[in-house]
Amino acid sequence: MSEYDGYEPVIGLEIHAQLQTESKIFCGCKNAYGEPPNTLTCPVCLGLPGALPVLNKQAVEKAIKMILAVGGKVCNRSVFARKNYFYPDLPKGYQISQFDKPIGEGGEIFFSLEDGTKKSCRLTRIHIEEDAGKSLHPEKGESYTRVDLNRCGTPLIEIVSEPEMRSPEEAYGYFVKVKQILQYTKVCSGDMEKGHLRCDANISVRPVGQEEFGTRTEVKNMNSFKGVERAIKFEIQRQVKLLKSGGSVTQATLLWDESRQVAEAMRSKEESHDYRYFPEPDLVNLVVNDVWIENVRENMPELPDEKSERFIKDYQIRPYDAMVLTDTTSLADYYDEVMQYTKDGRTAANWVQSELLGVLKDSGDDISTFKVRPNMIADIVNKIESKEISGKMAKTVFAEMVESGKSADVIIKEKGLVQISDEKQLLAIIDSIISANTGNVDKYKSGKTNIFGFFVGQVMKETKGQANPEVVNRLLKQKLDG
Amino acid sequence: MPDYKELTAKQMADGVKAGKLSAVELAKEAINLAKTEGKAINAFITICEEKALKQAAAVDALAKKGTSSPSQPLAGVPVAIKDNISYTDYATTCASHILDGYIPPYDATCVKNLIDAGAIIIGKTNMDEFAMGSSNENSFYGPVKNPVNHELVPGGSSGGSTAAVAQKIVPIAFGSETGGSVRQPAALCGVFGLKPTYGGISRYGLVAFASSTDQIAPLARTAEDIALAYQAAAGRDENDSTSVTFDHPVYSEKLATDKKFKIGIPKEYFAEGLDDEVKQTVEEAIKLLEKNGHTFKEISLPMTDRAIAVYYIITSAEASSNLARFDGVKYGLREAGDKDLTTMYSTTRDSGFGAEVKRRIMLGTYVLSAGYYEAYYRKASKVRELIRLDFEKAFNEVDLIISPTSPTAAFKLGEKIDDPLTMYLSDIYTASASLAGNPGISVPFGKTKDGLPIGVQFLAPWFNELSLFQISNILQKSAS
Repeated sequence: MSEYDGYEPVIGLEIHAQLQTESKIFCGCKNAYGEPPNTLTCPVCLGLPGALPVLNKQAVEKAIKMILAVGGKVCNRSVFARKNYFYPDLPKGYQISQFDKPIGEGGEIFFSLEDGTKKSCRLTRIHIEEDAGKSLHPEKGESYTRVDLNRCGTPLIEIVSEPEMRSPEEAYGYFVKVKQILQYTKVCSGDMEKGHLRCDANISVRPVGQEEFGTRTEVKNMNSFKGVERAIKFEIQRQVKLLKSGGSVTQATLLWDESRQVAEAMRSKEESHDYRYFPEPDLVNLVVNDVWIENVRENMPELPDEKSERFIKDYQIRPYDAMVLTDTTSLADYYDEVMQYTKDGRTAANWVQSELLGVLKDSGDDISTFKVRPNMIADIVNKIESKEISGKMAKTVFAEMVESGKSADVIIKEKGLVQISDEKQLLAIIDSIISANTGNVDKYKSGKTNIFGFFVGQVMKETKGQANPEVVNRLLKQKLDG
Repeated sequence: MPDYKELTAKQMADGVKAGKLSAVELAKEAINLAKTEGKAINAFITICEEKALKQAAAVDALAKKGTSSPSQPLAGVPVAIKDNISYTDYATTCASHILDGYIPPYDATCVKNLIDAGAIIIGKTNMDEFAMGSSNENSFYGPVKNPVNHELVPGGSSGGSTAAVAQKIVPIAFGSETGGSVRQPAALCGVFGLKPTYGGISRYGLVAFASSTDQIAPLARTAEDIALAYQAAAGRDENDSTSVTFDHPVYSEKLATDKKFKIGIPKEYFAEGLDDEVKQTVEEAIKLLEKNGHTFKEISLPMTDRAIAVYYIITSAEASSNLARFDGVKYGLREAGDKDLTTMYSTTRDSGFGAEVKRRIMLGTYVLSAGYYEAYYRKASKVRELIRLDFEKAFNEVDLIISPTSPTAAFKLGEKIDDPLTMYLSDIYTASASLAGNPGISVPFGKTKDGLPIGVQFLAPWFNELSLFQISNILQKSAS
């Protein structure tokens, strides 16, 4: 607690996630990113006079999926409402959202901090709404803001947490876990760079031990997961400093500036909105019956925690490894497939985590299409296990696999990488080395046992690295100590 | 060609389908009248000559091949539509300066349905700006005059569509209703005006005033024609979530009936504020129908005196939001475009909207504002539910409700324009049914001693338009 000079932060997050649907939420336009400006539009999403919204069933289904994934309650009847404000990228002059009767209530996110501490945070609600367009503010030399309405009507869910997080690290852990669940359920791509996932933070601080919340501010405009953590940390420190110096926090909306690492208040004019919510008369109440809810539940994919527990139980791996391996569905699927071809869960986990991820990180390749397929990694693991190759050889094999995409067998054959475990053959070599190095044998026998490595090195040199190190060690010890 | 002005839509369609009348000739006549007599009463904002003549030629071609019947019940019938209904290639102005230059890139579903039925869209009619008004004086394009007497208002907001039918420029026109905008002018001009059940005709393409009560609504000179018009336009539309799936009967075939209706007389609709002559005329209609075997019963709709207040709170709230899109950014008028955003917004909207529209935007913004929402919008929504229950209860006892359509006959241009509260009372007998979603029809019946038309209104349970057409037909036949 001393981290913030006797103050305790109170943090709540509002996460906006774009739903991965074929079409937009209220019209048939394609829900896509990166198309030329204003090409994915129609009278409905342009808000032309007389056009009317019709709700996209797939968007509702995705929302239900997320609500169930976090253990929330899907409301059988929810109501759309208009949130009224003027802005050029909001062509109707209102956003269709949900207000006092959202589709989802409650739920809880269980997450871990980087040191492994387990935490959880409850959710207030999840509601469905439409995204606005984008204002492209003037570049140098231009005098007009341009508006791209392609994003108008992209379906969103807003996931609102309770103010239950107490540090920037918790907020980071929570946010990453929400992203992971969104990706697992294919509700949202989770891509922050493209704006598919956005996060606003409500932050206040209070003296440790005080029940009552302090005045909160809202920080927006973060564009990475770590950026969220940094912005929250910045804002906590700003508030604490303010209070320490005898000042007080004023309710405000701040924008995070990633390049300068500061959050600054918006002009008060821009934030003093009275949204004048009222029920959207162009849409009927959203009725979701239990049959529909059960149907979505039955088709729910395995969630991150379930997968992680299964990995620990079935593949006998450590919880930390399970956490790393279930980070994304593509990685978890890869590891799952490796395990179809081998029984050694731990070795396989090590190989996927250190070797494979290392290579992918450097190359930027996509794991699901990478040329080293799960069965090829399993081959290596199995050959290590059966002592056909040593760990060191395995690395050579893998490096060649990454290079050429050839199978382990082919590489081993081509490079002659066969491990010598035959004791007779090795003893003959050892004997000749011992007789050729009597001086060193004497040194060893007189107590300088650290010279043991010299003999191992000689055997390896003699066998071009193909000797089984375990066997060599055992035989050398017998000879020298005997 | 027989006298165009005396032909009903039914006669025109039958004639065109039989090859006895030419849709092109009918369209030319309608356009000619729109340009002459229509101009004298300022009924039209735009004449859709080019497309109308093409459509008419296509209908004639189908008729020649003998393939139009019966899928085109309005084959070759010239139809006018209110200028808040989207129709590709022609401006949709809503009689507002703010929509200057706006041409919709899509057709309203209603327009598609009409064209499929063989109708020829000959023009876009004048109206109160954004359908807000009861006299058609709130138009950027000037007031419409009542065909009966050019000194008088035609009623509103669908004044242009109504006057075009009354002037016999077209046998059928479509307006829109939010609280009486077709029934009230129908009464003042002496034609039939139907407000369909909410959800009967798709609103897709109708520029919204108050989404929860807006309905596209037909006008005609006979009960049969208005039934045909409704039939052609109605139906569930995938583009309008609030449109309703309903198995509509073929109304024109069921028009003649021996059925004896049980009709309720709501005492609240005959109270203070009702003009004596209008009252006497409605009483005459009751006597006439009684003579024909229909029975009458006094009923009560206790929430009636709250309806106008509730109506103006709810519809203004919705309007304040619906009209937010007219901001100078995307289409229509833009003023002070070289200034900052807020200045551009306020200058554009100040210059683009008329006084009545501004009044309602301000009222609507107020009732939705933090601190006032509960007291106004929320409370009005609750009373609206009570109004709906009033009707539900009443229709447990009676088949139909009879009342005056408007408290007075047509009044003078300028007479009420500076007194909005008095003007708002023009909707006192029509607004309740709009809030409740029930269908209603205004039937021309009788005249004042000055020769001004009077309208008798019938209201029915949800989706019982058939009874409205039948009673209209009965009253029309017994009056003549």
